[in-house]
Amino acid sequence: MSAQTIELPAMDSKALAPINWKFPIIYGILAVISLVGFGLSVGGDVWSGISVNTGFSRIQFAVPSQVTALVCTVIEIGLGIWAWQLTAARKKTPVGLPLGFGFCFVVAFLVRAVAGSEQSLQVTGLLQGTLFLSVPLIFGAMAGCVCEHVGVINVAIEGQLLAGAFLAAVVGSLTLNPWLGLLAAPVAGALVGALLALFAVRYWVDHIIVGVVLNVLVTGFTSYLFSTVLSEHKDVFAVPTVLPTLPIPGLSLIPVLGPVLFNQNVLVYIMYAAVVVLQIMLYRSRWGLRMRACGEHPKAADTVGIKVNATRVRNTILGGAIAGLGGAFFTVANGLAFGKEMSAGRGYIALAAMILGGWSPRGAVAAALLFGFADNLQNALSVVGVGIPSQFMLMAPYLITIFAVAGFVGKVRPPAQEGQPYKG
Amino acid sequence: MKLELRAVTKKFGSFVANDAIDLVVEPGQIHALLGENGAGKSTLMNVLYGLYAADGGQILIDGEPVHFSGPGQAMAAGIGMVHQHFMLIPVFTVAENVVLGHEPTSGALINLDEARQLVRDISARFGFEVDPDALVEELPVGIQQRVEIIKALSRDAEVLILDEPTAVLTPQETDELMGIMRDLKQQGTSIVFITHKLREVQEVADTITVIRHGKVVGTALPTASQEELASLMVGRAVDLKVDKDAAREAEVALRVADLTLVDHSGLTLLDHITFDVKRGEILAIAGVQGNGQTELTEALMGLRKPTAGSITLDGDELVGKSVRQIIDAGVGFVPEDRSRDGMVASFSVAENMVLDQIGHDPFSHGGALAMATIAEHATTQVEQFDVRTGSIEAPMSSLSGGNQQKVVLARELSRELRLLLASQPTRGVDVGSIEFIHERIVAERDKGTPVIIVSTELDEVTALADRIAVMYRGRFVGIVGPDTSRSDLGLMMAGVDPNNKEEQR
Ligand SMILES: Nc1ncnc2c1ncn2[C@@H]1O[C@H](COP(=O)(O)OP(=O)(O)OP(=O)(O)O)[C@@H](O)[C@H]1O
Ligand SMILES: [Mg+2]
Repeated sequence: MSAQTIELPAMDSKALAPINWKFPIIYGILAVISLVGFGLSVGGDVWSGISVNTGFSRIQFAVPSQVTALVCTVIEIGLGIWAWQLTAARKKTPVGLPLGFGFCFVVAFLVRAVAGSEQSLQVTGLLQGTLFLSVPLIFGAMAGCVCEHVGVINVAIEGQLLAGAFLAAVVGSLTLNPWLGLLAAPVAGALVGALLALFAVRYWVDHIIVGVVLNVLVTGFTSYLFSTVLSEHKDVFAVPTVLPTLPIPGLSLIPVLGPVLFNQNVLVYIMYAAVVVLQIMLYRSRWGLRMRACGEHPKAADTVGIKVNATRVRNTILGGAIAGLGGAFFTVANGLAFGKEMSAGRGYIALAAMILGGWSPRGAVAAALLFGFADNLQNALSVVGVGIPSQFMLMAPYLITIFAVAGFVGKVRPPAQEGQPYKG
Repeated sequence: MKLELRAVTKKFGSFVANDAIDLVVEPGQIHALLGENGAGKSTLMNVLYGLYAADGGQILIDGEPVHFSGPGQAMAAGIGMVHQHFMLIPVFTVAENVVLGHEPTSGALINLDEARQLVRDISARFGFEVDPDALVEELPVGIQQRVEIIKALSRDAEVLILDEPTAVLTPQETDELMGIMRDLKQQGTSIVFITHKLREVQEVADTITVIRHGKVVGTALPTASQEELASLMVGRAVDLKVDKDAAREAEVALRVADLTLVDHSGLTLLDHITFDVKRGEILAIAGVQGNGQTELTEALMGLRKPTAGSITLDGDELVGKSVRQIIDAGVGFVPEDRSRDGMVASFSVAENMVLDQIGHDPFSHGGALAMATIAEHATTQVEQFDVRTGSIEAPMSSLSGGNQQKVVLARELSRELRLLLASQPTRGVDVGSIEFIHERIVAERDKGTPVIIVSTELDEVTALADRIAVMYRGRFVGIVGPDTSRSDLGLMMAGVDPNNKEEQR
């Protein structure tokens, strides 16, 4: 029986793992929405005004609404068919495909939204607003990443942002120096992080419960101080100070993107650096490897001499500090005085962004930008005064989010032992 | 380095796992630790390694008392350990796992090239083939065991603790490992070696200490016979052979025809496998690990969908059925990786005893668990299978490795079966219990159940089998009788058909 080679029959594909048609189907639905909702719902003679601030001059122009929306739709259909073919052939779709698809969909949507309006679409403003709303989300999501990878669920991001915003504003006001305020912000966040670590790591209290309690605590505490001390001595505690805007020479001159990305204050630049550094360090450095070991299999980490609980405490405090720093964006970074509950639930959204981004800094940033964009869209479009029913406009950002969530969630897993105390 | 344990005591609650144990490991000595499942071997080693704090006694290194409050300190003192339950991070690569805790760095980042090279160097020395970039969670247990060994060796320990390192290794790999152990011994490393395989003890050990119920019950020399060692361990005479009558002639129950499995990448894992098993017959599948045995059992259980072929049990087609349906059809399954596929570590012993049967009578009624029945069932099984546990409510994770295996077996053997499919049924089980488990498997056969045993242990294969199928590279090299010589089986495991001594591709 040995020497003869056995001929394999043609592989019948039904025996392989079933093909996952989720993406092509999502593309199909979106393309139909794009075609009917954006392309065909507007007359052929309607124009959409667009305005771009390149940094040197303001460019105004108009595009025919229907043609533009239809062109976008055609590209979407093309990408959808490509995705279909790749899926059928069991090949991986390139990352650019969903990005390109999303871009076309959003362009079609925006062009349709401003069709026939007096006002034009402020592209630069839209981008600036997106970044503006995303900054605290990104800081919060980075904090979430650090804590979750070490095995601690950080629901207290909200409280950390708020504490950072508060202390930054107060220190800035007391010293009349926004830089000192910026330095104080992470201290406040770290304190909240330390409390989280104390209860979650030392006393094994459920992480989510501690987190929620801390949020309530910080909200109550800052609101109390706000309505007593801060309101009574406005001239001492509530003097707004502002970090200067520091255009980066050269980079800030890039048309369109320059003014959006590189004409910012130092906090935003710190954020860029933090994201890049975290993304690399988390997966490639000794620090990252050891802390992920504590989140995945603490006992194994223990057996190679890593002090699990100490690592968890340290990194939870670090995470708190990152979120606290992000809190400064609400106050000193933008010259605002502290206001009651001014973080307004951003901490929870940051947590969602981190999960949607698959626990990686890179993904979290993408998700935070998406949330920021969706949030900003409502403001931007209400100014324009749009032609399609306003209810639909309000719905659109959430639709985008739901599709994104449906598409990405389920592919990645959280750290295996997050939220579990290590009793070794 | 001379290592001395004096009157080391470790309690879990009121249960005394180690009772004043004395042990001396001389430099450059291989010290074998023998004992039944649950005797307290792993516990003792964990105390030594700083994972558990001792409740009494002393550890001395070169005559100096030391105190470890964590594994870090034990490692710093020159102690290395291969754990019985792998201590690997599933989402890390092999290289990352090996260097974790002593990472080579270049600048701020880990020097992955150096880490890979380290893995390659050690695996070359060992004669193991391990891809440094493979994700650990995707590796079969045998390979994970190699990674654990590589990890321990990479730290150049002066005292190396090996807690059942050979349980999942092939005989060839075991020989390699024993070679390495001898080399290390030459270089002055002291080794504590825990195993249930007496042949290995006889081959490499310099001294043997036997533990029973947490106490040292004696020492022996490697010249002692297997029977002597076995009775010292278990406290009674153990019959190392299986008594069984020839299988009766009966009708075929399981028919596997042309079973073929091709994975995503086009790799053929199972290549036109055809065989049948009669009622009341044990078919043992032998072969070096990684030749398709895992895939074959998974295909039989419905865990993997075959590309082609059919599996019929008593005339019913099993291909296309769900795992649930296959279990309910009466197929008992002992998976090769018990801790991953065979149990839920945080559930109690009683719950684990009924894991795949809680959906119906008698263990649940209308969705509510029948707690009394479950407890009663667990109590009987614990007694029958001699599972050493404080209580049936204890979490599975607190049981010793061999006792966990017994729980899995007890669960599968405690119901009416139409097919028993057991992979490595006695992995990590002590000699006394092996005897018992083998008897149970033979009894199951005598009840008329067709049985498939997948084992990399030739001893087990020849002891149990009515017929032996040898697998090589996803196909059956041949199906032979139980009296086939070991050398012929060895040849077949290398892909050579003894009737036609021409090497297969
Ligand atoms: N964390 C724990 N909590 C409670 N009991 C435990 C714990 N760890 C071990 N035990 C108990 O201590 C006893 C000794 O276990 P140990 O793991 O040392 O046995 P072993 O000799 O290594 O057995 P095996 O050969 O099966 O691995 C067992 O009865 C076990 O149930
Ligand atoms: Mg053990």
